[in-house]
Amino acid sequence: MKVEKNLQDNFIFQSLTHIGSYFLFTKQSMQWLFRSPYRWPEFFKHMEFIGNKSVFIICLTGFFTGMVLSFQIYLGFSLINAENLVGPTVGLGIFRELGPVLTGLIVSARAGGAMAARLGTMRVTEQIDALDVMGISPLQYLVSPRVFAATICMPLLTAIFDAVAMLGSYLLGVHFLGLDEALFIDKVNNMIDPSHINEGLFKAACFGFIFGTVCTYQGYNAKGGARGVGDATNAGVVISMVSIIVMDFFLTKLIRIYLGWTSL
Amino acid sequence: MNAVEIQELKKTFDGENYVLKGLNLQIEKGNIACIIGFSGTGKSVLLKHLLGLYKPSSGVISILGKNIADLQDSEMSSFRCNFGVLFQDAALFDDMSTLENVMFPINEYRKDLSYKERKELASAKLDQVGLGKEHFNKLPSQVSGGMRKRVGLARAIALDPDIILYDEPTTGLDPIMTEMVDDLILSTHRSRTGITSIVITHDLHAAFRLGDEIAMLDKGKVLLKGTAEDFFNTDIDLVKRFVEKGVKKT
Ligand SMILES: Nc1ncnc2c1ncn2[C@@H]1O[C@H](COP(=O)(O)OP(=O)(O)OP(=O)(O)O)[C@@H](O)[C@H]1O
Ligand SMILES: [Mg+2]
Repeated sequence: MKVEKNLQDNFIFQSLTHIGSYFLFTKQSMQWLFRSPYRWPEFFKHMEFIGNKSVFIICLTGFFTGMVLSFQIYLGFSLINAENLVGPTVGLGIFRELGPVLTGLIVSARAGGAMAARLGTMRVTEQIDALDVMGISPLQYLVSPRVFAATICMPLLTAIFDAVAMLGSYLLGVHFLGLDEALFIDKVNNMIDPSHINEGLFKAACFGFIFGTVCTYQGYNAKGGARGVGDATNAGVVISMVSIIVMDFFLTKLIRIYLGWTSL
Repeated sequence: MNAVEIQELKKTFDGENYVLKGLNLQIEKGNIACIIGFSGTGKSVLLKHLLGLYKPSSGVISILGKNIADLQDSEMSSFRCNFGVLFQDAALFDDMSTLENVMFPINEYRKDLSYKERKELASAKLDQVGLGKEHFNKLPSQVSGGMRKRVGLARAIALDPDIILYDEPTTGLDPIMTEMVDDLILSTHRSRTGITSIVITHDLHAAFRLGDEIAMLDKGKVLLKGTAEDFFNTDIDLVKRFVEKGVKKT
């Protein structure tokens, strides 16, 4: 009994328990996604919240990211007279890395935090118990539509981010830094392949899935009043952000080396 | 037949301190059972065990002859349709209006009805608990605590369940409303045969008035179970004090 208690207090033991129950939670909520009754109204509601309501902030950050990246790259490339390559370089960086990662970070902070707080509040005020008692699976009603909506919305938002960032890059490069317009467009057209964009969109979907499951898991398992909700939100956002950055590395490696999707 | 049968139910949250310490309780089908006891003796925890929301550390709970530990998750969901529950803090969905809260279970399970009929059914239930039409479109955060409780009550009885559990239905209501809710519990109970009602309450008057059987919990066990008579004629000191204080107060 004593030994068991010590084991349960152990940090490693606790982390492993959490990871195990996270995967179980993910598996179950995926299974519920394919069981009727399908929660279409819920799904569209969350699409609206995660997707539509993020568009403005995504455009804003995308535009400035595109501009600042162009400027920095221009400064460097002008040293070696390679200004003409600013367009494609910015494009590759945005499409493959910055687009999905920044979108993931922004949306997970915005929508992921809200999801964790919402589910946490529902947990501590017994609303999740009430659903359970009505014979409605909270995983199906609350979790699956959110995770699915996050997974679908992330590539869409990333596409917007990409487009707006390129627009920013174009405006800054052509109108303020004096790059040649025709060359800029031609180089981008030549050197960037749709597969580069797809790589980023695929990553974005994975990031959406990650922050969707992590934040709902944290909220769903919140304990102990308002403070528990705060802790869950905090943990949800922090873990999502770190996982997105770490997973980005492995996903890149997976896509480029093992799947061989993209050239260059 | 017993609607609820609990044998040697023990529950601990942290592995050391037991909240329920070997609790035995039978509740006959068709009765109103009142559960009374001091604050913090585990009444709400007991209720959550009956609903399968907590798993017993040890012991057996059978409901309508089924051991609920044997039920798979999917069976559990359909089994729970027999239940109507009023949680202690009502547990209303805070993004839905009061009317939508009552409509929620109706929408899920009465797909045979048209939207209008479902809405009428929900309004009728809210009428029953004495909530005025002007409050139908307010959010739970915009109505008073007592009103929330009544909306919770309307939601609990929306689907005419076989077993209804009330966790302190009248705490926080004024005396007139209290009597009305007690009457409502009685009339709901009598509206069909075979309904079992389990009422957790601090209000001894209500317990003696409603209860076909009354159980007093103390320190995680059943201290005394019987009729109102038994409670007045008992020798157990703690029960005597509880009864005296409870009856004198009002
Ligand atoms: N989830 C939980 N984790 C740990 N301890 C808990 C939990 N739920 C309840 N307890 C403990 O169990 C005990 C009984 O709580 P319970 O809510 O059942 O009391 P109660 O009899 O309903 O009281 P009241 O009449 O005030 O509602 C309390 O001491 C409480 O601290
Ligand atoms: Mg209680």
